[in-house]
Amino acid sequence: MYMPDFEYHTPRTLSEACALLAELGEKATVLAGGTDILHKMKVGKLAPEHLVSLKNLDEIREIRHEAGRGIVIGALTNHAAIYNSPLLQERYLSLPMAAHTMASTQICNLGTVGGNIVNGVPSADLPPILIALQATIRLVSASGERSMALEDFFCGAAETVIAPGELLTEITIPDQETTGSTYIKFGLRRSGALAVTGVAVSVCVEGDKLRDARIVLASAAPTVMRATAAEDFLRGRTISDEALAEAGTLAAAASRPRDSIRGSAEYRKNLAEVLTKRALRKAIDEGHV
Amino acid sequence: MSQVLTDKDGVKRYLITLNVNGDAHTILVKGNAILTNVLRDQLDLTGTKKGCELGDCGSCTVLLDGKPVDSCLVLAVEADGREITTIEGVSANGALDAIQESMINHAAVQCGYCTPGMVLSAKALLTRNPHPTEPEVREAIAGNLCRCTGYVHIVEAVLAASQGRVTPDDH
Ligand SMILES: Cc1cc2nc3c(=O)[nH]c(=O)nc-3n(C[C@H](O)[C@H](O)[C@H](O)COP(=O)(O)OP(=O)(O)OC[C@H]3O[C@@H](n4cnc5c(N)ncnc54)[C@H](O)[C@@H]3O)c2cc1C
Ligand code: FES
Ligand code: FES
Repeated sequence: MYMPDFEYHTPRTLSEACALLAELGEKATVLAGGTDILHKMKVGKLAPEHLVSLKNLDEIREIRHEAGRGIVIGALTNHAAIYNSPLLQERYLSLPMAAHTMASTQICNLGTVGGNIVNGVPSADLPPILIALQATIRLVSASGERSMALEDFFCGAAETVIAPGELLTEITIPDQETTGSTYIKFGLRRSGALAVTGVAVSVCVEGDKLRDARIVLASAAPTVMRATAAEDFLRGRTISDEALAEAGTLAAAASRPRDSIRGSAEYRKNLAEVLTKRALRKAIDEGHV
Repeated sequence: MSQVLTDKDGVKRYLITLNVNGDAHTILVKGNAILTNVLRDQLDLTGTKKGCELGDCGSCTVLLDGKPVDSCLVLAVEADGREITTIEGVSANGALDAIQESMINHAAVQCGYCTPGMVLSAKALLTRNPHPTEPEVREAIAGNLCRCTGYVHIVEAVLAASQGRVTPDDH
């Protein structure tokens, strides 16, 4: 299969990578696991002049707990490392489980969480559960760095706020009071299928009430989206099947899915409604799963 | 950074070392060379197959530092200095691996195109988890498509190999 030509760079450190990206500007494309980029290059959708490989940046490939901050996940962590992480399995099993719904082992050993985020597609499986878990991200460039809530990173179909020269270095899941979270993905097969629709939720249960809830939909709008009307409805409410069903209705009403080869808009709205209800029940009853 | 050589037409080539099946190969590759092609065309290791070339079928599976990856989505330059196992490296001292024997005994091979990738995925599984359950076997080979066998004999062959039974069950 045809592969376009490019200049290849392997900076040895984060600061070297930032300096190089600043110098190359728009001409550079960052290479992490390559599962998206090489795919795009082969099918003729991308022909970067310069490919800047992050392979030497071991400093952003680890998962660790930082007291007072939470769990910090390096952007180069691959999906297999996420689902095999004892730290994540113990604290937020929902994230390893979400990573486990992704592609084959062969892809999970290559694809990174950073690539899954920066790609910016609404079908990506990790952003919904990360947003449900209140994740923040850090972007670093030669001229400085900035942090933001992950949900503020996405601004349109395959569009994000990342600027040329910026690298996503880490994702932080802050210490939190949520009592449960989960991601339910509906794909056409168990293996190697993108989400027709997916719903991630987190809940904070207090007695028989929901103190708070987050509901995040995948493949239900041009970007990954929070169903804020449904969240507002649930806040402070007594838990009941009726309330969860109403949240599902509100989430579906706010969704703006499109017809695609994987499913019609109508079908996806239906999925959003049912999966929201199910995900809430699961997170309420079973915790972080 | 590996050594770069530029030829008279201005084409850059990178001097890289691939440790394939225990042998270090120092070779020159272009930046855009795909690992599958380098293994097949430069190292003559044609056991690694090319199907979709887009990460969907698993016929190009190799072990990179012991872990299965689709070599069609890996640049050879990215694998510089790393350990690669291809199907040619699975047998030892002229004897087939138990997984290979078992696949033959179970008639788990028809056209054989998926088989190298299948064996490597199974090998990685059994190295990590010597006594897998059937769902674990199915999961481990979920990224290897087989259009011939219907998978049943493949799954049985891997389970049998893990249990030290390399002769077929009665079906
Ligand atoms: C067969 C197959 C199945 C797939 N199945 C799924 C699935 O089920 N669910 C799913 O969500 N995705 C799936 N994907 C898509 C893809 O594997 C994931 O999105 C993966 O996480 C991308 O990560 P990567 O490291 O391979 O990205 P790359 O291809 O290396 O990069 C992707 C994009 O992100 C940029 N980038 C990467 N890292 C950084 C960084 N640290 N800083 C700045 N920019 C960066 C790159 O420049 C590029 O634009 C699949 C892909 C294939 C080929
Ligand atoms: S050829 Fe690599 S996955 Fe199909
Ligand atoms: S034996 Fe033919 S594809 Fe598997």
